[in-house]
Amino acid sequence: MSLAKITLVRASAVAVPGDDIDTDRIIPARFLRCVTFDGLGEHAFRDERTGPDGKERAHPLNTPEAAAVSKAKKGVMVVGFNFGCGSSREHAPQSIWRFGFTAIVGGSFAEIFFGNSTALGVPCLSLSKDDLAELTALVQKQPGVEVTVDVEGLKVSCEGRSWKATIPAAARDGLINGKWDPIADLLGDDGAVNKTANGLAYVAGK
Amino acid sequence: MAKTLFQKVWDAHAVRKLPNGQTQLFIGTHLIHEVTSPQAFGMIRDLGLKVKYPQRTFATVDHIVPTNELREPYSDPIAQEMIEALRKNTKDFGIRFFDTNTGTQGIVHMVGPEQGITQPGTTIACGDSHTATHGAFGAIAFGIGTTQVRDVLATQTLALSPLKVRRIEVNGRLAPGVYAKDVILHIIRVLGVNGGIGYAYEYAGSTFDAFTLEERMTVCNMSIEGGARCGYVNPDQKTFDYIKGRPYAPKGADWDAAVERWKSFASDPGCRYDDVVKFDAADIRPTVTWGITPGQAVFIDEKMPALESLNDADRQTAADAYQHMKLSPDTPIKGTKVDVAFLGSCTNGRISDLREAAKYLKGRKVSPSVKAIVVPGSQLTAIQAVKEGLDKVFTEAGFEWRGAGCSMCLAMNPDKLVGDQLCASSSNRNFKGRQGSQTGRTVLMSPVMVVAAAITGQVADAREVFKV
Repeated sequence: MSLAKITLVRASAVAVPGDDIDTDRIIPARFLRCVTFDGLGEHAFRDERTGPDGKERAHPLNTPEAAAVSKAKKGVMVVGFNFGCGSSREHAPQSIWRFGFTAIVGGSFAEIFFGNSTALGVPCLSLSKDDLAELTALVQKQPGVEVTVDVEGLKVSCEGRSWKATIPAAARDGLINGKWDPIADLLGDDGAVNKTANGLAYVAGK
Repeated sequence: MAKTLFQKVWDAHAVRKLPNGQTQLFIGTHLIHEVTSPQAFGMIRDLGLKVKYPQRTFATVDHIVPTNELREPYSDPIAQEMIEALRKNTKDFGIRFFDTNTGTQGIVHMVGPEQGITQPGTTIACGDSHTATHGAFGAIAFGIGTTQVRDVLATQTLALSPLKVRRIEVNGRLAPGVYAKDVILHIIRVLGVNGGIGYAYEYAGSTFDAFTLEERMTVCNMSIEGGARCGYVNPDQKTFDYIKGRPYAPKGADWDAAVERWKSFASDPGCRYDDVVKFDAADIRPTVTWGITPGQAVFIDEKMPALESLNDADRQTAADAYQHMKLSPDTPIKGTKVDVAFLGSCTNGRISDLREAAKYLKGRKVSPSVKAIVVPGSQLTAIQAVKEGLDKVFTEAGFEWRGAGCSMCLAMNPDKLVGDQLCASSSNRNFKGRQGSQTGRTVLMSPVMVVAAAITGQVADAREVFKV
């Protein structure tokens, strides 16, 4: 399986700030009633973007800059700390990715969300608290501003400013080498898998 | 060298090191359900792959099943489509399906233990973040995404990096009216909703030794709410007694061998932990959430925090929470009006939860202003409860007695809050919109506290209501 090498994403950015943004907020459970991921993009952050009266409300994803990300199918979402906490639903990163975002920069990420995003080829990079505040302020002041997410060089830059970024080494390695979907590696040595299985009494039926 | 259970299980299941430095880890037991598996089966078909170990894969249906409509087709055509997709996928690939007509269907994290599928020293994965529940048996159990469900279907392995281990010790006896749910809500309150990122939680100490397996499941279940992807309790005699005689439990001579093996997985005395945190059971009081994350919690007899008392990082989320919850900082939560009482979920939908709730509910009535529903987590639980007459206790008090499923924990079926209703809930998440209404409000608490709220029509201290 040949995958793109994701070394750097340079695209317009939209800030969706706030800490502990959970996956129910990213994609409410009613949209999980489906057997494919098709169409999830338009419902990303649905209940944050639409009021109980059904009317659109002020939200970073309801802006022309976010619409431009959707059109370009390329964009950087700037988020807070512990982003994507809560459920394991891959529907959450799927909805963000299908909306058009191809990289996420935040303070920290919930582990399952991070893994799900990486498996989609969406890099999630972390900045320190102060650096993230600076980036968020820049993007909020000028929505749609170009942000460079350098996965290989471990930095994020915008408007002449540049900050040191982190991402777990295995995820970075997979992204920059075009091996972010692990299936090829996992299928690579069936003999080793069988050997491990045979050593486990509850699997081997011993 | 002395090792933790986590290290021993990891080592026994490690297939090989992958080029990116991660470990290819064998997953001995794969649990699947209707929400996060259909896309994975789609990927398997698209890639022309097979299910490598169909006999180690077990399916049930829980998230979308209606609890008051037992006949198909369901009134929600999408729910019908999802259950039929799972029937087809399990049939096509030869996977055991605990379907609705078998008397064994239920929330996936209840079916595994009930069937004896969940065993010590094993690895378990499921496309659901509450998979840590199975850690109560001394298993290493991960919640995974759909792409990973595909990985496990196709290879019975996952690409993972090892976790650090934090031992969380709770010692002493819980006071009357204080439950396992209060213990985990308190742990999350203290360590934070992101405190567990990068860790597996090992729960230990005399409080856990004294807990039943069902109580241990309640705590392990909410590890993810504390940011920890898995949590476990070392296996002991209670663990083995719980498993013995269940359909998938080892039999005869195999049983004795299995018990010896299971014992060997427990953390060794003197093993090294990356972190140790200790709690005194006597300090824990009935705990309720007031906000929109499970860490925003107080003891029932405390005031909710003043915004000024919080650090910068927490203040913004708290302000957002107060606005959503329509509650005021620095006031008691006790006395807040309750509209709905929900008793159920993989956190607190087991038979011991129903028994304890019924014990206090018996002879009392639900407040006329409250809609109260009780949803057994599984069909086996429901059957046992009926056998004990618990359903009558609930219905005579004014609770609606429902069929098994996830129900109003996440409101993917028709059980939903309406408008800004406030729900006293025995479930695990109080996120905005979690219970099906964008403006709905959730207060998490123990089952007995849910009963107290249902009776009084307000967030109440069960110790006062029931004079315990």
